[in-house]
Amino acid sequence: MSTGDWISAVLLISGALFCVVGAWGMVRLPDTLSRLQAATKPQTLGLLLILAGVAVRLEQQHAVGLLVAGLFQVITAPVLSQLFGRAAYRTGAVDRSTLVVDELSERLRAGRK
Amino acid sequence: MSVVFAITFGLLGLAGLLTLVRIVRGPRTLDRILAVDVLVVLIVAGTAVGMAMSLRGIYIALIVVVALLGFVGTISVVRLVERREEYR
Repeated sequence: MSTGDWISAVLLISGALFCVVGAWGMVRLPDTLSRLQAATKPQTLGLLLILAGVAVRLEQQHAVGLLVAGLFQVITAPVLSQLFGRAAYRTGAVDRSTLVVDELSERLRAGRK
Repeated sequence: MSVVFAITFGLLGLAGLLTLVRIVRGPRTLDRILAVDVLVVLIVAGTAVGMAMSLRGIYIALIVVVALLGFVGTISVVRLVERREEYR
């Protein structure tokens, strides 16, 4: 195995491990909001590591496409996370006694008046 | 190098199975949508690994399109669920 192969192998396996951590969090965590953490952060990091590991092995023109895919994932993950959090709050999936600060309910009440 | 690919595919498959557990068990629709979104990301990662294995970049467009479609689909379904349960 050459140096590039070793780099690619380390990146691929660590990325897959991060994906497993995210999926394990999806199963273990008790709440929709805490599952949201597991679904966005370790998944994004895992996908980025895997894409980097793939880009090491491919030619340069393909690496650009992989970069676009990774960039897209980084941009869309916060949007999804925010939408999910708001939908979970509005549909009552959030246990409000666990929140320290609850600014959204004040805003919602102010908007209804 | 084939051992590396086998390990990576195995880990990704394990992650997909764990996500399927959440899809089956998830008490709310939102949990299931979230798990499906994770599954789409795992599929993108698996396609990329397959591309590295064959050393050809023929699935680049597939990766970008699947990531885009997963994002748009998840957002639209989340909006739908939010509307439906809010006015109930």
